[in-house]
Amino acid sequence: MANKFHDNLIVSSSPHIVTESDTTRLMGTVILALVPAWVASIYVFGARALLLSIVCVAASVLFEYIYNAITHKKQTVRDLSAALTGLLIAFNVPSNFPIWQAVLGCLFAIVVVKQLFGGIGRNFSNPAITARIFLFISFSANMSTWPVTRLDGADAVTGATPLALYAEGSRDQIPDLLRMFLGFHGGSAGEVCALALLIGGIYLIVRKVISPIIPCAFIGTVFVFGFIATGSLHWALFHVLAGGVMLGAFFMATDYVTSPKLPLGQLLFGIGCGIITMSIRLFGSYPEGVSFSILLMNLCTPLLNNLSYKFYLKGGAK
Amino acid sequence: MPSIHVPHHKNTAQSETVTMPVPDEVSISMSQNIGAPCTPLVAAGDYVKVGQRIGDSEAFVSVPVFSSVSGTVKSIDQVRGSMGGFETHIVIETDKKQEVSEEVKPPVVESFEDFVKAARDSGMVGLGGASFPTHIKLNPKNIDECEYLVVNAAECEPFITTDNREMVENGQDVLDGMKLIMQYLNLKKGFIGIETNKPDAIANLKRLIEQNEISDIEIVPLPSSYPKGAERVLIYEVTGKTMDAGVLPAQLGVILDNVSTVGVMAEFFKTGMPIVRRRVTVDGDAVAKPQNVYIPIGTRIADVIEFCGGYKKEPRKIIMGGPMMGRATKSDESPTMKNTSSILCFGQEMAEVKEETACLNCQRCHTACPFGLMPSIFADAYEQKDVDKLNRFNVMQCMECGSCSYTCPARRPLSLTNKLAKMMVKEASS
Repeated sequence: MANKFHDNLIVSSSPHIVTESDTTRLMGTVILALVPAWVASIYVFGARALLLSIVCVAASVLFEYIYNAITHKKQTVRDLSAALTGLLIAFNVPSNFPIWQAVLGCLFAIVVVKQLFGGIGRNFSNPAITARIFLFISFSANMSTWPVTRLDGADAVTGATPLALYAEGSRDQIPDLLRMFLGFHGGSAGEVCALALLIGGIYLIVRKVISPIIPCAFIGTVFVFGFIATGSLHWALFHVLAGGVMLGAFFMATDYVTSPKLPLGQLLFGIGCGIITMSIRLFGSYPEGVSFSILLMNLCTPLLNNLSYKFYLKGGAK
Repeated sequence: MPSIHVPHHKNTAQSETVTMPVPDEVSISMSQNIGAPCTPLVAAGDYVKVGQRIGDSEAFVSVPVFSSVSGTVKSIDQVRGSMGGFETHIVIETDKKQEVSEEVKPPVVESFEDFVKAARDSGMVGLGGASFPTHIKLNPKNIDECEYLVVNAAECEPFITTDNREMVENGQDVLDGMKLIMQYLNLKKGFIGIETNKPDAIANLKRLIEQNEISDIEIVPLPSSYPKGAERVLIYEVTGKTMDAGVLPAQLGVILDNVSTVGVMAEFFKTGMPIVRRRVTVDGDAVAKPQNVYIPIGTRIADVIEFCGGYKKEPRKIIMGGPMMGRATKSDESPTMKNTSSILCFGQEMAEVKEETACLNCQRCHTACPFGLMPSIFADAYEQKDVDKLNRFNVMQCMECGSCSYTCPARRPLSLTNKLAKMMVKEASS
């Protein structure tokens, strides 16, 4: 009689089925959404951008693997989050950035920002954005030397970004808006092509990977701030298309781990990013402020969460 | 209200219900309803017949239990039930004659009181899975304020098609049952909420409503998303009224019953045969022939599967009820009960519990929740034993539909932590 019944079944709490979409798929979808911008960066800046992205992805994955192995933690490289961080780091530095310095940035992002705080899901700030700031402060000269695009020919090797030109008052040298939209201007490897980033961002929103609140609030605030400050539609649009606004708003400010949980918090987060970005650009000593704005708002996230909980629990804004 | 898309897997929607032969032995639980368990009315050695009352209780929230077979009581056992605690089971060795008890005769109903008593005598509980005593649902304190009958035919759980088959095969019974309830409870209007993924059921009921020229029963098509069949969600979908946890539908002027419950009860009023059998969907990748089967209540799962061609592969998980809210049983020796709407047998791949990874804070659990609760906060607060926080974030509103766990990309067992957190709150307040 002992074998008459199946007595050793798996017993677990309901539900007994789960969606196919897991962390790896989510990260994979974000990487997929970055492919247009990646292709654009290679088209605009050439093979050096390709090399840089490969090195950064490989280094980030390797550092994550080694850290987990040394600390006997569960191996997490398969969730693709380290690969995504690596790609974003490559997008956030000039395409001619020294390779060893980029690798150092990956080490900082993965080990210091992410793993030392507990790994995926526990970091208080976005690893890629914090690495960009780390590199910017450590290697200022290399982080502000911008290779020219293929449209600028071989006359010059490096040039200024539109934001740098704007800051120093050389507005006549700034490329027109269409060129900026298409990505033919100086800047970090992956941030220049607004069109490609917009395609990727909309893809993420349609696939419901990210909510449109943060990107809309961020970009909207930059636009409104720019319009009020300059009184010109042209320069308001310029501020939206220049620098890292598109990349930051769609791909880094929307990082789940470091942005608020509820829509109200996300709205304030996006607005905060926009205000800080524009304040630095217009009144600060740096030409660009996207990375600082995201880092500072990352730090405000717990406060924004608490604030939005108050409204949520009152049955107000959710 | 937010809902999620789960695969429907309504593989057996076209499978006409077949009656399985009486097994050699049945094991009938005395704990087949929410509330008090029954006390056996028979002893080992007694001869029992089909429809004979073999368990009952004096308690207010209780429903009698009837024998589903004719045969001899072999033993009365204490068995660990699917809820974890011990239950009394009456094990009956069948003689396959299926002799019908003299007790079985159609009820004489002349008043509302007769009607409620008859509902109790039918042994009826919510057949959708909740197994709440039907006669109590039909007798709310504020009966005068009740206006509507809402019949739950959403059947939003994947795989299960028993309600669908009830409407296709016994549509007239469903309408008759609704008519009876509306008549004796003096209700103005009846609604049947059906997910649109059951076109046959909708067509059949529409046809019958037209044919019988019924004007006070309306079919409400619902989007086929989970969990449209949850009591509080369905009431919102049909009447637009929001219902908090702990509130009864009657407090909103609604009597709510599952469609199979209504249909099977109508049969009782015609024949007098209480609930001794039920329709069960047998499905899952480990079953050879998935189908809908009428089984004598108390039939062991293994016997039902044998009738369905046996196992196609080694079963690793067997669920009684749907995959979203059903219970996994540890053995296929477990007997079926009044509320066993389906038996799902999963092989290793489907049975495996996915490994949990770190929370990404994506808040999919929050956006999936029909009530907009925040399961990730419950999980943290539960870990910190923060009862105050659990209360502030309204953990008691959770109905354990499982949408959060289903949606979580990190495979966190959020529905489980919700349940544990609710228990923690209850313990703290007692």
